[in-house]
Amino acid sequence: MSSTTAPTDAAPTDPIGDEGLSGTPRAQQFAEGNKLEVGILWRITRMGLAHRWRMALAAGATVAAAFFQLFIPRYVGEAVDSAQGLLGAGAASPEMAREALFAAGMMVLLFSVMRGLFTLMQNYHGEGIGHCIGYELRLAFYEQVQRLSFSFHDKVHTGDLITRGMLDLEGVRMFISTGLIRTLLLTVLIGGSAYLLMNTNLTLGLLALSFVPFVGWRSAVARLKLRWMWLLMQERLSVITRRMEENLTGIRVVRAFSAQKFELEQFETASIETLKVAIKRVTVRVANTTVMTFAFFTSMVLVLWFGGLQVVDGEITVGVLAEVLTFMMILQMPVRQIGMMVNSFARASTCGSRLFEVIDRDPRIKDQEAAPDLKLEKGVLRFEDVRFSFGADSSDTRVLDGVSFSVGPGETLGIVGPPGSGKSTIAHLVPRFYDVTGGRVTIDDQDIREVSLESLREAVSVVQQDAFLFTASIENNIAYGDPWSDGERIARANRSAQLHDYVAKLPAGYETLVGERGVSLSGGQRQRLSIARGILSDPSILVFDDSTAAVDAATERRIRMALREGQDKRATVIISHRLGSLMHANEILFVEAGRVVERGSHDALMAQGGRYHDLYRLQSRPGDDHGVEVAAPGEAS
Amino acid sequence: MSTLEDSRHPPKAVVGSQVSQDEEMFGRAFDGRVIRRFMGFCRSYRVALWIAIVSVLIYTATQVAIPLVILYAIDNALVAGARDRDLLELVVLVFGAVVVLNFGANFLQENLVGRAAERVLIDLRRAMFTHLQRVSLSFMDRTEVGRLMSRLQSDVNALQEFLETSIFAVGDLVLLVGIVAVLLSLDFQLGLLTLSIVPILFVMRIIWLPRAREAFMKAREANSVANGALAEAIHGVRTVQGMVREKVNFALYNDRARQNMLAHLRAAKFAQINVPIVDTLTGGAMAIVIVVGGNQVLGGTLDLGVMVAFIFYIQRFFDPIRSLTLQYSFMQRAMVSGQRILEVLDVPIAVEDKPDAIDMKECEGSIEFENVTFGYVKDQPILRNVSFKVAPGETVALVGPTGSGKTSATALVHRFYDIWEGAVRVGGHDVRDVTQESLGQHVAMVLQEPFLFTGTVFDNIRFRCTDASRQAVIDAAKAVGAHDFIEKLPDGYETILEQRGANLSLGQRQLLSFARAIVADAKILILDEATASIDSYTEMQIQKALAKLLEGRTGLVIAHRLATIRGCDRIIVLQDGEKREEGSHDELIAAKGMYAGLYSLNYASFDDVSDELADGLADAGAST
Repeated sequence: MSSTTAPTDAAPTDPIGDEGLSGTPRAQQFAEGNKLEVGILWRITRMGLAHRWRMALAAGATVAAAFFQLFIPRYVGEAVDSAQGLLGAGAASPEMAREALFAAGMMVLLFSVMRGLFTLMQNYHGEGIGHCIGYELRLAFYEQVQRLSFSFHDKVHTGDLITRGMLDLEGVRMFISTGLIRTLLLTVLIGGSAYLLMNTNLTLGLLALSFVPFVGWRSAVARLKLRWMWLLMQERLSVITRRMEENLTGIRVVRAFSAQKFELEQFETASIETLKVAIKRVTVRVANTTVMTFAFFTSMVLVLWFGGLQVVDGEITVGVLAEVLTFMMILQMPVRQIGMMVNSFARASTCGSRLFEVIDRDPRIKDQEAAPDLKLEKGVLRFEDVRFSFGADSSDTRVLDGVSFSVGPGETLGIVGPPGSGKSTIAHLVPRFYDVTGGRVTIDDQDIREVSLESLREAVSVVQQDAFLFTASIENNIAYGDPWSDGERIARANRSAQLHDYVAKLPAGYETLVGERGVSLSGGQRQRLSIARGILSDPSILVFDDSTAAVDAATERRIRMALREGQDKRATVIISHRLGSLMHANEILFVEAGRVVERGSHDALMAQGGRYHDLYRLQSRPGDDHGVEVAAPGEAS
Repeated sequence: MSTLEDSRHPPKAVVGSQVSQDEEMFGRAFDGRVIRRFMGFCRSYRVALWIAIVSVLIYTATQVAIPLVILYAIDNALVAGARDRDLLELVVLVFGAVVVLNFGANFLQENLVGRAAERVLIDLRRAMFTHLQRVSLSFMDRTEVGRLMSRLQSDVNALQEFLETSIFAVGDLVLLVGIVAVLLSLDFQLGLLTLSIVPILFVMRIIWLPRAREAFMKAREANSVANGALAEAIHGVRTVQGMVREKVNFALYNDRARQNMLAHLRAAKFAQINVPIVDTLTGGAMAIVIVVGGNQVLGGTLDLGVMVAFIFYIQRFFDPIRSLTLQYSFMQRAMVSGQRILEVLDVPIAVEDKPDAIDMKECEGSIEFENVTFGYVKDQPILRNVSFKVAPGETVALVGPTGSGKTSATALVHRFYDIWEGAVRVGGHDVRDVTQESLGQHVAMVLQEPFLFTGTVFDNIRFRCTDASRQAVIDAAKAVGAHDFIEKLPDGYETILEQRGANLSLGQRQLLSFARAIVADAKILILDEATASIDSYTEMQIQKALAKLLEGRTGLVIAHRLATIRGCDRIIVLQDGEKREEGSHDELIAAKGMYAGLYSLNYASFDDVSDELADGLADAGAST
């Protein structure tokens, strides 16, 4: 087995209990592990620093914007004093005062413009870095999703992966602008204004700033609390969503059982649960915002009181008082943003750990170093005493236990057995979707673990049980394995799969959109499309994994006839529970509980009178003697 | 992109389809009909809302008053020559009182509105959901669940934004008017001069808005395209790996992701361009106050306090404008969402109990169709003049090619739809004369696709019959042969079925839905046999379970499998909505009609038979 540290290695075979990734509910996770992971934040920061120019511009603009912001109150204060004509201890001439006023006014205008421009630069580049990082992370995540092995995807819910790739990625991306840049801005602004205010007047400065620690602390606490409640709320909402969605999807069952009342009660319970959290959340939010505003105005009252007294006593000018009050107006917004900043840190840390958990994972199935390409000579697929289990390899969790066979070009191998006997697993081992736990799988005597995955999977094609259709045209779907194949080849493959006539009749023909947002195909049509897809690239080894279950017997027979062309160069494995599909095979394996219990040709197995024989009887119609779905004349070999 | 640069023609490949934006984002900002209907939902909370509005007004008044208090202090107690300690202390006291009032009003308004908004949202969602439980099934058949869910979620959420903030819009509007009024009354000329910057802002906005909107839309679209491509890769990963499409997909996705980034950068530019505009205008207004106002102070025509107050007000002036712009877009979205929500609420209820509907207590289990004609679309009947009877305890198979009306016929027994002509009787009562609830007690259905809900196996089996005992559930499971596999699940009967039982095989799900029907214990059982092929082992189990299920009940079975058909007492052959043949298997074979023809073809399922073939057989049957 290739080396990984993935926890999936130790996972039990049961797919329910293990989710492969830390799967605790988000709210709970947040409540328990609400610690800032410095390593993750530093990693995001490093990604940001890689965009050197943008980062420099953003940081420089931030400092400049804060600087201009800080000096506006100074000129306002000067203007007030000039207007009062008190400059230079009341000795200023009206002209000088007028000039001073004009200068102050122009400075305020200039500084406002500069502040605006630098804020623009700061925000634009801050966000820009975020988008660049977002782009890089998207690519990394996408690539990783494509690389991670089946064993990973078996255990991780698609919904979970999508959440990580979308929402968590957003949380990480936003860190640069809402976390990093904002921290810089707030540090310069609050630090700078504290310095300036204290210099202007120590007592008043302290009073004016007295609301800062309080509001900062409150807003940070509240943010975290609110975020936690938000996550809790999302969880409650997802319960409602699930209830509604299942009800509407299963509306026929609901009505068939006259269960509307029952369903409404269930919905009501979920609604009330949600409402409770929602109301609590409103209370927390409102209590905090109002208390913060109150604190701010209270310190303004204090400033006016003490400052006023000092003015009355002639210790300071009215201008100084005005300046301090203007400072307070300026600080009000950024101080409230401390909460957002803390939130951003928490969010980036949680989201980052979830995102990087996926990105950093080492895929279990990967190329060995400098693995050579598969050298196809004849195309003989061989299983040598193959054992396989999903979890730890012990005899009772074993899915395959000593399976051996060989199938060469022009030959067909049939595999049959009860559900859960390991048939599909055999199909999945051929393109190395999983690695064997014991024994080996070879193609032309090369162990498939020692050749490059790309060359292996190009030589092998597995037509899977569940045909996945991409939201794209039928043509694109068939050409999935080779997007450069021409229309002629695509039509030929589709003709063999007996789907061409149907497609040709569609108004848009091969351009018809299928998949999630396109026309819906029936189960049988989907499987036929998947067959066309599988045979398009003319693989040396073709495996049908129960891929005609939904195709009717007559059509399946036609497909089989069509595939005879070119079969002499190809090794074919057919897995099916319908004996009609595989009774013509050169060799048939009857698999039960991971072991081959019977093997031989149809005739030999029938003569043997064992399980195969019983199954054959079961599938023939009682009273009829002409066998399973009457093989076409001359077909059974 | 090197992977895609192939000398041959371009690849036949895409990732993530283009999103069709059928959900309109911006609509009219005001729609009287929508507003009136939603007023109805707010009525229960009107007392709270009135108090909230009063609080908003008080809150806004205190907001406007605070700079005035400061102004008064400066002019009357602090300015050179008029310093007055006592007055200052009095003013500070008043200031304190205003601040406390501000706090109280603020708390009250936000709290009341927030709570009411949450309640209204739940009420709306409940109203829609309740309504959907009663609308006709044909509406549900026509409508994708995804579309309904987007009404129940996205549209309700869009209203949330609006409701939570709508009352602040009132506050913002009053604040804006208040500030303008105060500025003009403090000093009319200076006020007018200062406010002269406002038109500039509006002009800028008008130029900016359409471009920005387009940029934002593009960014949203690019985002959903990229996300769609990612979701597709995740869902189809097994095919991707099996077909070695990783490189091509990555190159295509790279393109999508890059488009997304560029669209967002453009949108960011548009969003941020506002900052310097507003800052410049604020700075300009302050400069006007400083230069013009300052000179007036020097000339003795303006009080210093007024000048300081102007500076304060100007800094606050742009906040309400900014938030009102935001409000406006919330409102547009809310109107569109509101219309969509109303659409759901206005779907007519097709099947309703008569006022004097009978509560059918007892039912002996007979089914009778008398000259039934029925269809979903006017003038396109699906069933034409169909009559048949099923005696209590009898099992009848409905057979016929796809589209022959089998499923519709069974749906009528449960009165999923009302018929056009004729009568459907259950237990001797016309189904339209009894309550739907009581009809449901006597008619159980097993649908073709076994549908399980997220929850334990136990809860799924006793679905709705919440008073069913554990023993009853286990007995039912044993009867259909599901007990053994349930026991082997990690938590037995308490195992949670994730994602509607995706962790069970189709056959197992089928058996669970059989067990569910047994627990429901109805006299009449309607069964739509699964067409999907199931392996022979499960098949055998299901046949056994089916026999168990039908024991002592009246059965109407849409049969696809020969084995099932042969187990029934009688067979009714439907084609094109008309009854063609009726009788036992042997009788029908002897009659050499359509059934005999189908049978001789050896299809595993009659659904495989093409229409032309069925027609041919029907003709052949008619001619013999």
